[in-house]
Amino acid sequence: MIEFELNGESVTSASEPGTPLLWVIRDELKLKGTKFGCGIAMCGACTVHIDGEATRSCITPVSTVAGRGVTTIEGLATDAGKALQQAWVDEQVPQCGYCQSGQIMQAASLLESNANPSDADISTAMNGNLCRCMAYTRIRKAIRAAASGGGA
Amino acid sequence: MAMRADNVQGAISRRSFLAASAGTSLIMGLGVVLPGCSREEVATDLADAAASRSFAPTVWFEINSDGGVLINIAKAEMGQHVGTALARVIADELGADWDAVDIKHVDSDPKWGYMVTGGSWSVFTTFKMLSQAGAAGRTILRDAGAALLGADPADCSVEAGSVTANGEGVTFAQIVRRGDISRTFSEEELGALPLKPAAERRLIGKPAQARDVPAKSTGQAVYGIDVELPGMVFAHPLIPPTRYGSAIKSIDDTAARDIPGYQQTLALTDPSETLQGWAVVVADDFPSAMKAAAAVTVEWEPGPTANVNEADIVAEGAKLAADKRSGVLVVDDGDVAAAYRDAATTHSATYTTSTALHFTLEPANALVEFVDGKCHIHSGNQWQSLILPVLAKALGMEETDIVIHQYYLGGGFGRRLFGDPMIPAALAAKELGKPVKLVFQRDDDSRFDCCRSASVQQFDASFDVGGQLTGIEHAAAAGWPTLAMAPGFMPDGVDGNGKYDPFSISGGDHWYTLANHRVRAINNDLAQRTFLPGWLRAVGPGWVGWGVESFMDELANMVDADPIEFRLAMLDGAGKNAGKAPESVGGATRLAAVLEDVRDRSGWGRELPEGEGMGVAVCHGQERTMPTWVACVAHVAVDAESKAVEVRKIWQSIDCGTVVHPDGAMAQAEGATLWGVSLALHEGTEFRNGQVAGRNLNRYTPLRMADVPEIDIRFMESTEFPTGLGEPPIIAVQPAIGNAIYAASGIRARDLPIRL
Repeated sequence: MIEFELNGESVTSASEPGTPLLWVIRDELKLKGTKFGCGIAMCGACTVHIDGEATRSCITPVSTVAGRGVTTIEGLATDAGKALQQAWVDEQVPQCGYCQSGQIMQAASLLESNANPSDADISTAMNGNLCRCMAYTRIRKAIRAAASGGGA
Repeated sequence: MAMRADNVQGAISRRSFLAASAGTSLIMGLGVVLPGCSREEVATDLADAAASRSFAPTVWFEINSDGGVLINIAKAEMGQHVGTALARVIADELGADWDAVDIKHVDSDPKWGYMVTGGSWSVFTTFKMLSQAGAAGRTILRDAGAALLGADPADCSVEAGSVTANGEGVTFAQIVRRGDISRTFSEEELGALPLKPAAERRLIGKPAQARDVPAKSTGQAVYGIDVELPGMVFAHPLIPPTRYGSAIKSIDDTAARDIPGYQQTLALTDPSETLQGWAVVVADDFPSAMKAAAAVTVEWEPGPTANVNEADIVAEGAKLAADKRSGVLVVDDGDVAAAYRDAATTHSATYTTSTALHFTLEPANALVEFVDGKCHIHSGNQWQSLILPVLAKALGMEETDIVIHQYYLGGGFGRRLFGDPMIPAALAAKELGKPVKLVFQRDDDSRFDCCRSASVQQFDASFDVGGQLTGIEHAAAAGWPTLAMAPGFMPDGVDGNGKYDPFSISGGDHWYTLANHRVRAINNDLAQRTFLPGWLRAVGPGWVGWGVESFMDELANMVDADPIEFRLAMLDGAGKNAGKAPESVGGATRLAAVLEDVRDRSGWGRELPEGEGMGVAVCHGQERTMPTWVACVAHVAVDAESKAVEVRKIWQSIDCGTVVHPDGAMAQAEGATLWGVSLALHEGTEFRNGQVAGRNLNRYTPLRMADVPEIDIRFMESTEFPTGLGEPPIIAVQPAIGNAIYAASGIRARDLPIRL
């Protein structure tokens, strides 16, 4: 049994230690907001925070989060996170929406470490998150809006 | 093009519009008059259904006693915000309060008629019908409201969920609570109802947020992959080495038996022959299924195309394109042979595109359960009416006993037009007698993709002594998706030489006035045998336009003409290019107008630094019968040493007639523009030994944030009939980039993706 905190609550997983955290979150703990995309950490749809840091859950063995804090899109409650979610609606970012949980989690992690990122900072931080609908222009715009709004 | 978008809407020949009070609601919908069944009987059915609150006819919308309007949407939501757009068409005509409107995406019940979401058709094919339905609803509510107000219906206005006359009003809710409405409009009466003039519209063309966005910003949106059922098991595909003709010789699961959660491996027999040589690993959970799938050894007798490579497919295409006897003529105007014979100068070029993948971020998946003799399939899908008969054959069931439940699609782009991933889940569920959830890992999703076929296009042009273009002969060879999956939609060629896939040549039948023009559609039989060719977003025009508009640039350069002036001279709207009501009013002159607009906005012709250049291209969207007029200018820089291409900016001017949901339209155009950039420079793979080689993001590399250029898109003001939008803004971007590269570097790119 592996214990960790998920969105502020203590949870236990009965999965094999090597099981990717993604499937523990989705199928064992039933939070479906975190998505399966590529399985090799190159699309970012599975991005969660582990102790505040954006991490690809599809290649993270659940054993490595024992005793640590995991946050998913459902539990994103930081000021930056809330500002991003509002900006995502204001800017009408999502199209199919499948990547957007991961995009928001990645962006929230960026804003935690850099309240007013430059365009280059945004590109660097977000380049690992594929948006297949290619809503990139609005993703960038929403991050900028959340940065200035949330950081004010 | 003989293919008509409205053909695919099915053969509902006679319709009537019905409204009836039902319990505490007012329901409004479509009654289909079936052969041997009078309209009165249908109306009676509705009344009966209304009384029992079970709705047999198609219910488009319903107004409850609180004034809430529920609108049913039979189109797939895959990012285009189609529910919002279509609901606003109804709500505007109805006079509804938009805040009181809810949207529901429906299952595949036959009552919805022919179900397909693709071709950028959704608004185009339903606009008139939904407008009329809304108008009929408004008329009914106005008359009922007038009666309550004691007013003349002619004095009443219907807006924002209320009927008002002489300063007094009654809400939809109050009207519905009276509960005594029953009214039928015949198709003729429906067609005669006055629709709102554009100036009186309150929702169409006005700003609005999309209804699916909030749930997609909080992780609450439900996709097919998110659905679970009690007692379900997980299945993982074991995909054979070729799409066709592989057979399983042996399965050895010895190594999998020690994996906790592993149950068994099933070899599948598919009577529809969609799956050939398939097996699935079954396990308690998906991680166990993944592990077991890696441990099971399957030995296949591979199909006949196990050694086919991309180069073989391209070579076959080139051979066919060069053979003037091959294929089917789609356009045969004038006499190209004579023009060529009499030419002072000629010019020829060959254009190719590589295999491209859909790569929907939500991998293929399906959850299937059999309950009381019915097969319930939970899976996001774009073309229910295409896969239902295939499923019926695979399962040995009636189509009417199969229900596909719809969810948000984590990307469609044409992949989910074919619901073949449902078949292994359904076969396994049938065999196991319990619900089966099948999820593809990414490599398998790519291997089983109905990818966009590699293509080869041959162009031969002739000029007279005055340097005037006299003719173009164009041949295009590729694998044909419509031949593979929906051959009934293939029209006859103009030469009586057989049928062709309209979706693998559209764009060749362009709107330039040319005295001598011949277009030949050719099926690449090797491609057809090797894989299942698919419809990828922008479909035929997405690769045909690459050749047509790049070659047009070559021709302009040959005669030292400005590429925009060269095009404008041929966009005169003469003859067959005059256009017709309602879908192409103005014809080629509207294409000329967007071209002039993009020319002016982009600063075309201005001096640029060494190594930079601008290129132009146009397109008419997906089909001549549904033209969306687009002109694109790309500004690129080409590094003198490395030849690396940087796209600086893309301008697009778009005329799609009336824009129903402006922000949604802009979002589609933005995404599609970047799809154009991605397909031009970043995406493409190859067949290697009968399978696609680039199966995951380490080797298949769509555009990322860092390479996104500045984009500047303008929609032309228009109240013309709305045409399609989700795909057209992809098409011209690719040749515009190629032409800009030529302007910047003198290098002519003729192969997609562009590699200098």
